[in-house]
Amino acid sequence: MIRSDVLKTLVPFISDKLVVTNIGLPSQEMHLIDDQPTNFYMLGTMGLASSIGLGLALSQDKKVLAIDGDGSVLMNFGTLPTIANNPASNFILLIVDNGSYGSTGDQVTYTGKKTDLAQVARACGCENVIECSAEETADVVKAAFEGDQMTIIISKCESGNIPVPVIQHDPVMIKERFMKAVQEA
Amino acid sequence: MSVNEQIIADFVKHHIQFVTSVPCKQLAGVLDKIDEEKSILHVPSNKEDEGIGLCAGATMGGKRSAIIMQNTAIGVTINALVTLTQFYRMPLPMLISYRGEVGEPVACQVEMAVHTKDLLNQLRIPTYHFHHKDDVNELDGILGHCFMARKPVAILTDASFWKGANA
Repeated sequence: MIRSDVLKTLVPFISDKLVVTNIGLPSQEMHLIDDQPTNFYMLGTMGLASSIGLGLALSQDKKVLAIDGDGSVLMNFGTLPTIANNPASNFILLIVDNGSYGSTGDQVTYTGKKTDLAQVARACGCENVIECSAEETADVVKAAFEGDQMTIIISKCESGNIPVPVIQHDPVMIKERFMKAVQEA
Repeated sequence: MSVNEQIIADFVKHHIQFVTSVPCKQLAGVLDKIDEEKSILHVPSNKEDEGIGLCAGATMGGKRSAIIMQNTAIGVTINALVTLTQFYRMPLPMLISYRGEVGEPVACQVEMAVHTKDLLNQLRIPTYHFHHKDDVNELDGILGHCFMARKPVAILTDASFWKGANA
């Protein structure tokens, strides 16, 4: 399974949830598969999906799923100690770890080599870290939504992309409809 | 009321409930006061662009946010400020220690000080420079302006300001 296959398996139970999606293909794929006002699409700013998700989770009570990538977490490693030391029981960080920079041509990342994100997250102090296969991911994410503990999920999937259009939405529209959904959801 | 207390009082007056920071020696006093203020959640960042992300999330969660950092962070945060804060049009007060001005003991800090205002100007970020301790009286208006305009604003606080504030 590649990232877009994993995202498709999540749709049945995340459509009405607050979801922050990482720059590039993850946002574009979510937009193509299931565009919702409850999705915040990052159109830029690689690395900050987990930070935006944590800030959102710490500022209101609803559950927040941030869908991040291995390359972006590698870029913003400082996020993991911040997450660990400011636990938000309503925060789920899903790192789709395909060992590659998917949006830029599938160049290999260091998680595709020696680096183990689950061990890094645990070493940073994250207490509920689950590594799972792509096939298991939907069940693990669903269980995290049903639980009441901050969860870091590393979904090991294959590298690869589907053709998707660029998101044409205006950024202010994305933000405004998302903020409205935060208030209503 | 001390300058540090006045800064926190203005934050509270403008309903800022989420603050992130990367410390600077000049900002130690205000960071202590932040931690004493129960209505503000203080989430320290490891790097300032991470903090910009945290603030964006908090803003969308309905909490007004602010970042406290050193001017060296301007270099670190440009992409996040442009592609997140400005592109999505979010307000963000940035209380910044203006290191490298007169009174600075560390030569390297001057290297960033000489670029600080140019960079902020290039980014079209409204910028205010606190030099005398009484300049803190402008903060109330600046915060109101920031949330009205939904833009990041920079408040540069130099060594002379802090020297007067802590005298």
